[in-house]
Amino acid sequence: MNEIKTTPRRAVETGVPDPFPYMHPLMVKNYGNWDWHDRLRPGVLHHVAKNGDEIWTVRAGTQRQMDVHTIRKLCDIGDQFAEGHVRFTTRSNIEFMVSTVDKVEPLIEKLTAEGFPVGGTGNSVSMISHTQGWLHCDIPGTDASGVVKSLMDKLHKEFITEEMPNRVRITTSCCQINCGGQGDIAINVQYTKPPVINHDLVANVCERPAVVARCPVAAIRPAMVNGKATLEVDEKKCICCGACYPPCPPMQINSDDSTKLAIWVGGKHSNARSKPTFHKLVVANLPNNPPRWPEVEEVVMKILYAYKDNARHFERVGEWIERIGWPKFFELIDNPFTRHHIDDFRGGRSSLNQSTHIHF
Amino acid sequence: MTKKTPDTKLLDELEDGPWPSFVTGLKRLANDDGKPYANMMKDLMGQLEHSYETRRGYWKGGTVSVFGYGGGIIPRFSEVAEKFPDSKEFHTLRVQPPAGMHYDTDVLRKMCDIWEEHGSGLIAFHGQSGDIMFQGCSTDNTQAAFDALNEIGFDLGGAGPALRTSMSCVGHARCEQSCYDEVRAHRTVINAFLDEMHRPALPYKFKFKFSGCANDCVNAIHRADMAVIGTWRDDMKVNQDEVKKYVAEAGRKYTIDNVITRCPTNALSLNDDDTLDVDNESCVRCMHCINVMTKALSPGDDRGASILVGGKRSLKIGDQMGSVIIPFMKLESDEDFEKLEELSETMIEFFADNALEHERIGECIDRIGLPAFLEGIGVEIDPNMINHPRTNSYVRTDDWDAEAEKWRERQAARHAAE
Repeated sequence: MNEIKTTPRRAVETGVPDPFPYMHPLMVKNYGNWDWHDRLRPGVLHHVAKNGDEIWTVRAGTQRQMDVHTIRKLCDIGDQFAEGHVRFTTRSNIEFMVSTVDKVEPLIEKLTAEGFPVGGTGNSVSMISHTQGWLHCDIPGTDASGVVKSLMDKLHKEFITEEMPNRVRITTSCCQINCGGQGDIAINVQYTKPPVINHDLVANVCERPAVVARCPVAAIRPAMVNGKATLEVDEKKCICCGACYPPCPPMQINSDDSTKLAIWVGGKHSNARSKPTFHKLVVANLPNNPPRWPEVEEVVMKILYAYKDNARHFERVGEWIERIGWPKFFELIDNPFTRHHIDDFRGGRSSLNQSTHIHF
Repeated sequence: MTKKTPDTKLLDELEDGPWPSFVTGLKRLANDDGKPYANMMKDLMGQLEHSYETRRGYWKGGTVSVFGYGGGIIPRFSEVAEKFPDSKEFHTLRVQPPAGMHYDTDVLRKMCDIWEEHGSGLIAFHGQSGDIMFQGCSTDNTQAAFDALNEIGFDLGGAGPALRTSMSCVGHARCEQSCYDEVRAHRTVINAFLDEMHRPALPYKFKFKFSGCANDCVNAIHRADMAVIGTWRDDMKVNQDEVKKYVAEAGRKYTIDNVITRCPTNALSLNDDDTLDVDNESCVRCMHCINVMTKALSPGDDRGASILVGGKRSLKIGDQMGSVIIPFMKLESDEDFEKLEELSETMIEFFADNALEHERIGECIDRIGLPAFLEGIGVEIDPNMINHPRTNSYVRTDDWDAEAEKWRERQAARHAAE
């Protein structure tokens, strides 16, 4: 037997890295001292510091999940056409910073030629923020990367222009935990059937009291099946949220036909004008249809262009609907209004119209 | 013998179209014959195609960590490893980004070299919590991959019931609207509690996020247990010459329709000479007019942050946004940042001591009520914490006079301090 030659290396617990060594020198120099900004064209920001220094930023879309060759290509572009400093936005766009305006056009040309769309600024549709999906998650109902790629192909034009009434932030999530977050338009998995339980595995795999406690509607209870301790679900109570599945994988919530997609609208993070809002249900039960999810695409496009055609300047999707009213919104996108749109969960009554403010 | 790249009829359809294709990237890695990751990526593509065919995921969790840490690695074991043996282990290293997500090409290339040697060659910038996700590592290579990343100054992020990786906006580095030093706040808070991140021992996850203004570019109010949002409390700054220029260029009707009447508290009025009249006491610092008139308007000088606590998504009791806990705190001096760190510590300690298992702090507040929570963390009540006072009468008020006296004393102390 060989002796173990080395003890494992002890980590240096450095935590959040200091960004200043990586930051563009003009950003270091003018840290906290910027004065104003404007946009030369979609995808290009121009910031001016109080001392008159100027910096231009070119923003480009990426596929987020990148192979090392793509990253190195972006680095080559950053070295040859920019100044070696980049950053990423919350929505996985990459930004190249340059100190002279004459570098902007060649950089845009190169990025475009290499297949990285330049845009995502101002009143555009930015990159869709999304989750891991079948590529890597342990509980995914769909593949957000595929949904996003399909949609961004269609939204490419809206990414590279700024022709929307206000910014549009789209999100996708592969389960109802909704890691993708709130969006002007959100495409999220919505389960439609109670979990299918493998009773042979529950006792060994799941901490049963913890699973019982996870259920938002107290539909899970301990049970004995074939002499084995397991869990059962009161299917009349079950709201098919999937909360039991992560702590107890033998309670399979996904299947090839019961895992569906739902589309939500009107989520908003910013405090500008109106307070932040959550997104609201528009349609559920859309098929989970890889590789291109055409049914989802159709609804998203319908909503997006109804918004583009009807909203006033600076209204976000939710603010626009707030003005025109939900009846008009459902009419514009030719979407049925069902009993499932009415919130009957705890606190849901606060979402009812408690007034005579009626849209005719 | 070279392993065959799998047929991926469905995934191939995602190579078309103008948006960059992640499938093309996966294929490039799968076809890198001779590289240590090529076979892993061939089987990874095989498994992903299998998911596209059957509409099911095939990963399960487990336990994988690096020496000295309990979290930060997301273990993934394939449930279909007999068909796709080379990607039977495909763990992710969650790695914390520099505050503000700044990189230079040199460090990105180093990351690529490390991940080419030890991992799959696939890196996501970034996950929804802000981590750089080095996706696809065997159990055996995990330690070496982490060691190499740690050597170039990077550290693992959070996973499980722990302090999670944080995000901060570009802020001071390139944004005139930024109201505090986000890099300093982000690094001060997170780096003070790394033990809570690396060795998970909290009731559930706890996330901090740092946005320099109310535009909240890192989505903190919805997504963070504690959101630090930049704001100011003196008057907004107005350059009247630039206002006039803006009105001359954009038009008076446009300015009225898109700036003046979009103010949520009717704090703006356009004067007859096309200058701006601002009622600063009514202004709620929403940022809209400043976003539109970037040259003319800017935040005031007395800057700091509002702290909101309790944001989270649906499970288990439904969506919750953070709500105001500290209406305003200065964030300038060393002492101010020490106070932020102390407040964060109080919050984490309260959470650790009082939340139930798998309960987020927002759910905890929902369960015990805001007054009890505030008492627990030693913060005085403030009318800025509510939309409106209670509308139901189900409250016992026989100590009203004593409570009112507390308010008067606090007000008197505040006036004395000013």
